[in-house]
Amino acid sequence: MSELKASNISMVFDEPNGNRVEALQNVNFSLKQGELLAILGPSGCGKSTLLNIIAGFLAPTAGRVSNGDHTLIHSGPDRGMVFQQGALFEWMTVSENIGFGPKMAGTPAQEIDAIVNDLLDTVGLQDFGDKAVYELSGGMQQRVALARCLANNPDIILMDEPLGALDALTREKMQSLVLKLWKETGKTIILITHSVEEALFLGERLFVMAPRPGRIKKQYNLPFAEAGLTQNPRDIKTSPEFIATREEILSMIWGMEEEIMGNSQAVGA
Amino acid sequence: MTLIKSFTDYIGFTKSGIQTQKISTFGDTEAIGKGRLWSIVSVLSLALVWHMGSKLGLINPIFWPAPSAVWQQFISISQEGYRGFTLWEHIWASLSRILIGFGFGCLLGIPLGFAMGLSEKIRGWFDPIVEFFRPIPPLAFIPLVIIWSGIGERSKILLIFFAALWIMVIAARAGVSSIKLNKIHAAHSLGASKKQILQHVILPNSLPEIFTGMRVAMGVCWGTVVAAELVAANSGVGYMIMVASKFLATDIVVLGVIIVGLIGYSIDILMRKIEAKLVPWKGKS
Ligand SMILES: Nc1ncnc2c1ncn2[C@@H]1O[C@H](COP(=O)(O)OP(=O)(O)OP(=O)(O)O)[C@@H](O)[C@H]1O
Ligand SMILES: [Mg+2]
Repeated sequence: MSELKASNISMVFDEPNGNRVEALQNVNFSLKQGELLAILGPSGCGKSTLLNIIAGFLAPTAGRVSNGDHTLIHSGPDRGMVFQQGALFEWMTVSENIGFGPKMAGTPAQEIDAIVNDLLDTVGLQDFGDKAVYELSGGMQQRVALARCLANNPDIILMDEPLGALDALTREKMQSLVLKLWKETGKTIILITHSVEEALFLGERLFVMAPRPGRIKKQYNLPFAEAGLTQNPRDIKTSPEFIATREEILSMIWGMEEEIMGNSQAVGA
Repeated sequence: MTLIKSFTDYIGFTKSGIQTQKISTFGDTEAIGKGRLWSIVSVLSLALVWHMGSKLGLINPIFWPAPSAVWQQFISISQEGYRGFTLWEHIWASLSRILIGFGFGCLLGIPLGFAMGLSEKIRGWFDPIVEFFRPIPPLAFIPLVIIWSGIGERSKILLIFFAALWIMVIAARAGVSSIKLNKIHAAHSLGASKKQILQHVILPNSLPEIFTGMRVAMGVCWGTVVAAELVAANSGVGYMIMVASKFLATDIVVLGVIIVGLIGYSIDILMRKIEAKLVPWKGKS
C-alpha cells in the first residue's frame, strides 16, 4: 500500500540565549507499509524531534513528510502515538481510555464496546476494563496505551521509548507483545528506544542516530524481529549474530558519547 | 544484646532480615488522616482541663465561662433565640451568605480562569487586575461595601464573592496549565478536535486544582463572613458574638466561637469527602 517518506528533514531550534541547536540535519528515509523501524542513539540526538515531526506536533525547519501521495502536516488519527508514560487520561476507566478515539470520531456506543472488548483481549486486560488507569501497574498502563492507539486503526504507530519506564522482565514481555501486535495488524511502526538489545530485537530496520547535528549515522536491516515471532526471545538474544551486532552498535554509540564529552570539555577549557 | 537487636529490628535499623511491614510512615500521604485516636485524646483532655479549671474556680467566668454555662446558652438560644433569631437562624444566615457569594465567585471565577489559561489575550488583559486584587484582604473593602449597599445582605455577599473570585480564577488557571503536553498530543493524534480536547481532556484534568481552590476559598469565605458580621450585620453567628461581647456575655461569645470553629471544620471535611468522590485520581498520575 502506501509508503511513509521523510525527505530532507532539518530542524533548527533557536534557544532563548541565542544559541542555534541543529536537532536534525537532512534526514531522509522511507518505510514500506508494515515495516518496523527502531531508532537508537545517544540522548539529545534528535530522536523525539524526528518522531514529533512525523506525528505532526512539530513543523520541520525544512523538508517534508509524506504518506503515499499526501504530505503530512498536522497531527491526525492516521498516526497513533504511544508515549513513555503519563499520557493516559486518569479521569477515565481503562475501557474509556481505549474507546477515546472512536468516541471522538462519533462511532456508535455499541461499536465502541465491541472494539474495546476486542482490544482488551488482545493486550491481555480482559478483567481490567472498569478499573481506573492509576490502579494498574506500569506495564499494564502501557498495554492500555497500545490498545488506545490501536482502537483508532492508524496507518502508522509512533512510539517514543514506550517501554523505557518498565522493569526488565515486564519489558521483555512487552517486547513480545509489540511483535505480536505488529504481526497481527500489519502496521508500520517506528519505535524509539535507549536499549540496544531492544532495538535489535524489535527493529526489522534500525537507524543509529548521531548528535550535533542530529542525523542518521548508520542503517541496518535485521532478521531478529522476524525470528522473534516464532522463536524464543532468549534464544535469539543469546545467539552469536545478535551478540556480535549488539557489540558493534554499542561501541559505535560509546564512540559518539566520547566525542560529545571530548567536545564539551574542549568548549569548557 | 538480644533485646537491643530485637529493638533495632523493630524500628527497622538492621540491614539483615526482610522487612515485610512498612515501618516508617513519615511523609507517607496515606498515613495522613490516621492518628485519629490521638485526635480524640487531644479533644477529651482539653475538655477535661476546661471543666476542671472552671469547677475548681481557677478560671474567672467573666473571661472564660464554664462549659455548663455555654451549654445552657446553647439550649436557650437554639430554642428561644438571641436578638430575634434562634441559633439555627443565625447559623443559616451566615451559611447562606457564603453559599451565595461563593457560588457567584465560582460562576464567574472558573470560566475567567479557564479563559486566562487558554488565551494569551485574555490572560494579558486580566492578569494585572487579578494580581492586584488577589493580595488585598476582602475585609479591607468593608467600608466601601457599606457605603455602596449598607449593612444588609448584599454587602456581605459582595465581600464573600470578592474573597472567592480571585482564588477561583487562579485555581482554574492553574488547572488549565497543569495539563501535560503528552496528553494533548495523545488526544490530537487520536483525532480529537480542539473543542473535544477542551471538554474531554483539559477540563477534567483541571478538576483537582479547581477543587483545591474551592476548599481554600470556602475556608477564606467562612472567615470573611464571620469577620464581616462582627463589623456590620443584623443576623449571623458573627453578629451574635459581636452583640454578646457588648454585654460581656462571654458564655454566648464562646458559644459563637465554638460554633464558628465547628462549622469551619465541618465544611472542610465535607469538601474533602466531595473531592475524594469526584476526583479520585488526584495526586495519582
Ligand atoms: N523545543 C525545543 N527548543 C529548543 N531546543 C530543543 C527543543 N526540543 C529539543 N531541543 C533540542 O534538540 C535536541 C534533540 O532533542 P530530542 O528531544 O529530539 O533528543 P532525543 O534524541 O529524543 O533525546 P532523549 O534520548 O534524551 O530523549 C536536543 O539538543 C534538545 O536540547
Ligand atoms: Mg526523546
